[in-house]
Amino acid sequence: MRLLLKGGRVIDPANNIDAILDVLIEDGKIAAVGGIRHNEDMRADAVDCRGKIVCPGFIDLHAHLREPGYEYKEDISSGSHAAAAGGFTTICCMPNTDPVIDNGAVAGFVRRRAQEVGLVNVLPIGAITKKQAGEELAEMGELVSAGCVAVSDDGKPVLRSDVMRHALEYSRLFGIPVLSHCEDASLSAGQMHEGYYSTVFGLKGIPAEAEEIMVTRDLILARLTGGRLHICHISTKGALEAVKQAKASGLRVTCEATPHHLALTDEAVGSYDTDTKVNPPLRSEEHVAALREALASGLIDCIATDHAPHHFESKDCEYGLASFGISGIETAVAVIMDTLVHPGLLDIARMVELFTIGPAGVITANRATVGTLTCGAPADVTVIDPDLVRTVDPRAFYSRGKNTPFKCMELKGWPCMTIVGGRIVAQDGLVVR
Amino acid sequence: MGISAQSTQFDKRKDLLGLKDVSNEEIELILNTALPMKDIIRREIKKVPTLRGKGIITVFYENSTRTRTSFELAGKYLSADTSNLAVSTSSVQKGETLRDTIKTLEMMGPDILVMRHSMTGAPHYVARNTSMRVINAGDGTNEHPTQALLDMFSIRERKGRIDNLKVAIVGDILHSRVARSNIYGLAKFGCEIRVAGPPTLIPPGLDRLGVKTCFNLEDAIRGVDVINVLRIQRERQQTGLFPSLEEYSELYMLRPEHMSLAADDAIVLHPGPMNRGVEISSDIADGDTALINEQVTNGVAVRMALLFLMMGGRKDEIAA
Repeated sequence: MRLLLKGGRVIDPANNIDAILDVLIEDGKIAAVGGIRHNEDMRADAVDCRGKIVCPGFIDLHAHLREPGYEYKEDISSGSHAAAAGGFTTICCMPNTDPVIDNGAVAGFVRRRAQEVGLVNVLPIGAITKKQAGEELAEMGELVSAGCVAVSDDGKPVLRSDVMRHALEYSRLFGIPVLSHCEDASLSAGQMHEGYYSTVFGLKGIPAEAEEIMVTRDLILARLTGGRLHICHISTKGALEAVKQAKASGLRVTCEATPHHLALTDEAVGSYDTDTKVNPPLRSEEHVAALREALASGLIDCIATDHAPHHFESKDCEYGLASFGISGIETAVAVIMDTLVHPGLLDIARMVELFTIGPAGVITANRATVGTLTCGAPADVTVIDPDLVRTVDPRAFYSRGKNTPFKCMELKGWPCMTIVGGRIVAQDGLVVR
Repeated sequence: MGISAQSTQFDKRKDLLGLKDVSNEEIELILNTALPMKDIIRREIKKVPTLRGKGIITVFYENSTRTRTSFELAGKYLSADTSNLAVSTSSVQKGETLRDTIKTLEMMGPDILVMRHSMTGAPHYVARNTSMRVINAGDGTNEHPTQALLDMFSIRERKGRIDNLKVAIVGDILHSRVARSNIYGLAKFGCEIRVAGPPTLIPPGLDRLGVKTCFNLEDAIRGVDVINVLRIQRERQQTGLFPSLEEYSELYMLRPEHMSLAADDAIVLHPGPMNRGVEISSDIADGDTALINEQVTNGVAVRMALLFLMMGGRKDEIAA
């Protein structure tokens, strides 16, 4: 079984490739990248990729698949479909399920379900603490044995500094990163970013400092422990400055930003559309500008979706009662292409890094096999049509979560083919079964 | 009754959710229409047939006596049929969603829904999901447009104008929908607006709205034409935003000696209900400078004007 991707612009940051080339896939692996003559003898299906961007398969470090426990919001099947349609070949799923992924059995269940669905690679993230209660460490060794690539209590912060300290220390035994949702809960009881617009819209604000205090604390603890800290959904200027300083001093810290924090400001909340309600909140222009700059400069290591599907009833209500979260995995690439790449704010090669070697570098255990087109690596490939214009229609989402503030927006630049292990799993936004 | 050939601004408006996006012309139209309405309230027979056959329902998800009664009487004086949904006895207690409650009410056929809700944006959400015209009678910490309209009516009645006056708003600005609606409304008429209150109760970004922040009461009221004193909520003290009501009154209670700092014939407003001896002294509340009682009457007049205009009425129809 051979597949030949002909004439696309191949961008493979792991191998410093950015050129018009062909990619040959054989037996589920990358067989060759270069100028490859297609002839009958090859017995390969050829795909015309002229005008397209051919990249290593995109990785999403931060998705909520909701199964087990919240299948009415999303399940591993619908989430895998959404990921494939959105151009992702590997996704990491957060452990805030019911039961929480705080033991090997639940992690194993998630992996088995994902294999049964068989669309994209699903790598579970284990909980930092038992039941994500923030008190006792979960059995990290068992989680790693069961396939977890990181630990996180995402959805809520680890409030106790001693618990976070121990998590960072203990994680060194396994060489996995601790993914931190940074939020000082005593400061964050609000509905939107605190600033001019929270005053104008009359909603209780969440100050940037609620994030920055915890980012700073975790950086201090990372220094103390030598543990590998990864900051989830970084969204403020101050948090970026803290990370910048930490990196400059040699600390092993990484961070991710989401498409919605990069594309939208708090002004979007003005309609009281509950799809704009997300945690951390959409920030003010000043923070968004800092985020975009940090993305381009390399301070931000990767783009992650924080795909948070919700049932429509928990969004079809008063703003103050609505759940936090955005269903983002199907629009992530298009949002970045449209709002950053096309206007010239982000180089496309840099974007590919942010979706490939960036996240792969965070989950180092898998670094050699994901996020690259190196010969012999699993043939996970994402193809982007930079000129394709499509309007976001949540009703057409594979995700059960239709909660997107990008609904009805016309975006330019969409993934047009997703290949996992040499098999085309999605084409032109549709999953191929 | 004459029928005006001139169309009103309200032809294009379905709801009144806040003063943020209401034009100066619309505000003037409401205030001008409220003048003859006030005459009706003073008549012996307080009833005109203007809104006969129209239904108005008030839904209050938060306690309020005066605003609800004010709307109810405004509707009744105009011969509309009014009805109240008391939340304590409603299906809200049974877990019904806001959307379902509103749909149920809509199916009973009223034309206007007057709604108060403890959550910001709730009337906006309802307005998007119902064919009824929605009037926001106060949502969360966002807006209370009819209160600001009656404040503006009261100011204009006493001062002869609104344009370019100096206005101080004193108290809990952070949580006050009265303050927000007043700021939006008064700023449209070029007023110089100052706020005063404990720093913990001042929201960020007021300067971008053209509002000057003073922590100190004296600084705020120096030379102003209008002082609007807000009610301080006890629960703000309980959540640690200021140490005690005693200290608050020490720092911010408006007293007679303050009036010498303000402009000559400055007036005092208060949206009620008052905490005497906390944010306002009785000498002020009962004195000549206070318009507090007149504000209540004006509230009915302004709400009559609003209901009338929202039902497609034209200003020159009511003079007769």
